[in-house]
Amino acid sequence: MDTGLAIKPKMQVRNLYKVFGASPKEALELLQQGAGKDEILEKTGQSVGLADINFDIYDGEILVIMGLSGSGKSTLVRCLNRLIEPTNGSITIDDCDITRLNITDLRALRRKKFGMVFQHFALFPHRTVQENVAFGLEVQGVTADERTQKAREVLKQVGLEGWENSYPDQLSGGMQQRVGLARGLAVNPDMLLMDEAFSALDPLIRRDMQHELVALQDRFKKTIVFITHDLDEALEIGDRIILMKDGRIVQIGTPEEILTQPADDYVSRFVENVDMTKVLTASSVMVRAQTVAYPRDGLRTMLRKMRDVGISSIFVVNRDQSLRGLVLAQACNDALKSGQQSVDDVLITAIPTTSPDEPVTNLIGLMAEANLPMPVVGNDGKLLGVIVRGSLLAGIAEGGCDAGSIANISREGMER
Amino acid sequence: MPKFPLAHYIDVLLDFLTSHCAWITRGISNVVSAGMDSAIDGLLALPSWVLIAIVAGAAYKLVGRRMAFGTVLGLLFLDNLHLWVPTIETLVLVLIATAVAVAIGIPLGIVAAVYDGANRVIMPLLDFMQTMPAFVYLIPAIPFFGLGPVAAIFSTVIFAMPPAIRLTSLGIRQVPADLVEAADAYGCDRQQKLLKLQIPLALPTIMAGVNQTIMLALSMVVISAMIGAGGLGGEVWKAIQRLQPGKGFEAGIGIVILAMILDRFTNKVGHNKTEN
Repeated sequence: MDTGLAIKPKMQVRNLYKVFGASPKEALELLQQGAGKDEILEKTGQSVGLADINFDIYDGEILVIMGLSGSGKSTLVRCLNRLIEPTNGSITIDDCDITRLNITDLRALRRKKFGMVFQHFALFPHRTVQENVAFGLEVQGVTADERTQKAREVLKQVGLEGWENSYPDQLSGGMQQRVGLARGLAVNPDMLLMDEAFSALDPLIRRDMQHELVALQDRFKKTIVFITHDLDEALEIGDRIILMKDGRIVQIGTPEEILTQPADDYVSRFVENVDMTKVLTASSVMVRAQTVAYPRDGLRTMLRKMRDVGISSIFVVNRDQSLRGLVLAQACNDALKSGQQSVDDVLITAIPTTSPDEPVTNLIGLMAEANLPMPVVGNDGKLLGVIVRGSLLAGIAEGGCDAGSIANISREGMER
Repeated sequence: MPKFPLAHYIDVLLDFLTSHCAWITRGISNVVSAGMDSAIDGLLALPSWVLIAIVAGAAYKLVGRRMAFGTVLGLLFLDNLHLWVPTIETLVLVLIATAVAVAIGIPLGIVAAVYDGANRVIMPLLDFMQTMPAFVYLIPAIPFFGLGPVAAIFSTVIFAMPPAIRLTSLGIRQVPADLVEAADAYGCDRQQKLLKLQIPLALPTIMAGVNQTIMLALSMVVISAMIGAGGLGGEVWKAIQRLQPGKGFEAGIGIVILAMILDRFTNKVGHNKTEN
């Protein structure tokens, strides 16, 4: 998924502040001068919820807002659809400033643009599963037939076919949250807000739901804002992560950026216990190929290139850096001895390759069997780097930091 | 220090209201008493065993076999004591008073739940209504509606309405905040929120309020025998005046039987709704 700068954001949040209390004005001024949360509470008695929040949400991404409890993440997501009234700032969705809408327009916008999934499910106990799922449509005034059809369709997608007429309290926690998710999807919203949606579930069910959410998102390309306090969850499902602390944003970045280039000590302490193999991808453990050969290079040149840097095989790329294959030093030598001159005779084209997004976990198995370096090839067929056993192990061992800087050679290839 | 002439002011106010509003209240009185008379006549036109069978059937259907059995036994006992006519009179009084109290009380309760300002006005008023001795309501009822059952219904409505208001408001306010938030998040307006979420979820509490209203109405109907309400209360009142403890107890037991039947019915209706 490409969320490059050229694309217009779905939603823009600018200078967002939230102060809880009767007279937020004074607190707001102090905040804008950079005063801290505790200081403001002491001086003015006002509690700071959010301060100086700026970020964009792009169409079709899963944006995870992560922070510990009290960091303001739940306040932030509720400001997006104004369940909590922001004190200051603007939130623009499709050129419409949500903060300026009157209550009628706001309700219309909520019906049309937002679905929401809650930590404790918030299913309506007096309604059947199907009636719960159809709730948003009912509020919109959709006819009963259409509602039923849509609700059944969505329930099927979340794997709850046959449970339409049950009541929520007859379902397990995981199933209840599927209903919650279905209720959010049924209105076909532009944006799905998920507030700690999986936090109340058992770890195993939770993992399933995470996978399923990613799969659903893959299919429907929904824009999802996902709140969590769990870093593993954030890394698992997030295309980008916003890390919050004390009502402010500490860092915005891809999971990898958060891990490999933490913005400050807070973030690095936060991320230090993460299992790196799950989040590191091929691009962060690959190294630059020390040297490559071109098709016009003769066998002798190739052999010299290998000898110069002390390697036993060399990748052959076209002028545009697209990968053609691999030549082994041994084969090269043998060919020369037997008088062959053509590169094609010794070129091995059937070699395993990997994409830069491949998780390192998957690579470990592959690399354990292979003796040859693994080429990392972009979507366009270009050779981005290579993974040798040493670089793989180093990348994992060093927490990805050094591997990240090595990976800079191909930044343009992995920028997501 | 001279006494503050509160009683005088209240009398003046009531006099004013009586002389200016009596034509309305008397009109209401005529309509209500006509309706009541025909309801009583209608019920009495049926042989008592038919009515007992109907009530028992409903009890069996809504509550269960034991309830039906108890109903038959209790009502036959009342019939046997020659209390059938006053029982029907009391029942009609209670049902009319309850219907009026609920028709006013539930909407007021909803208003009190939705608007904090209204809540701040209504709640102290309810405290006033509930703690004021019930007999006091009888006095102004007479000039407005004249002696008789309509005046009794008027004071009964005032006395019995507070729980309907209070519990409706409570029930709506007790709907979990996260559900209300969910309704808001999906763009519900106030009416949708009330009809689709808050009132259905508050229904058991509202029904508890209705149940209490019926019980209070029953007790007030007895008290209002003093201003000519008739019915079982009238029998008790007569027994007091003639010092006939036996007769008094007979009528008293009749009230208890009626109360139990009404209580079980309304209780069950409230619970049926929650089991879904």
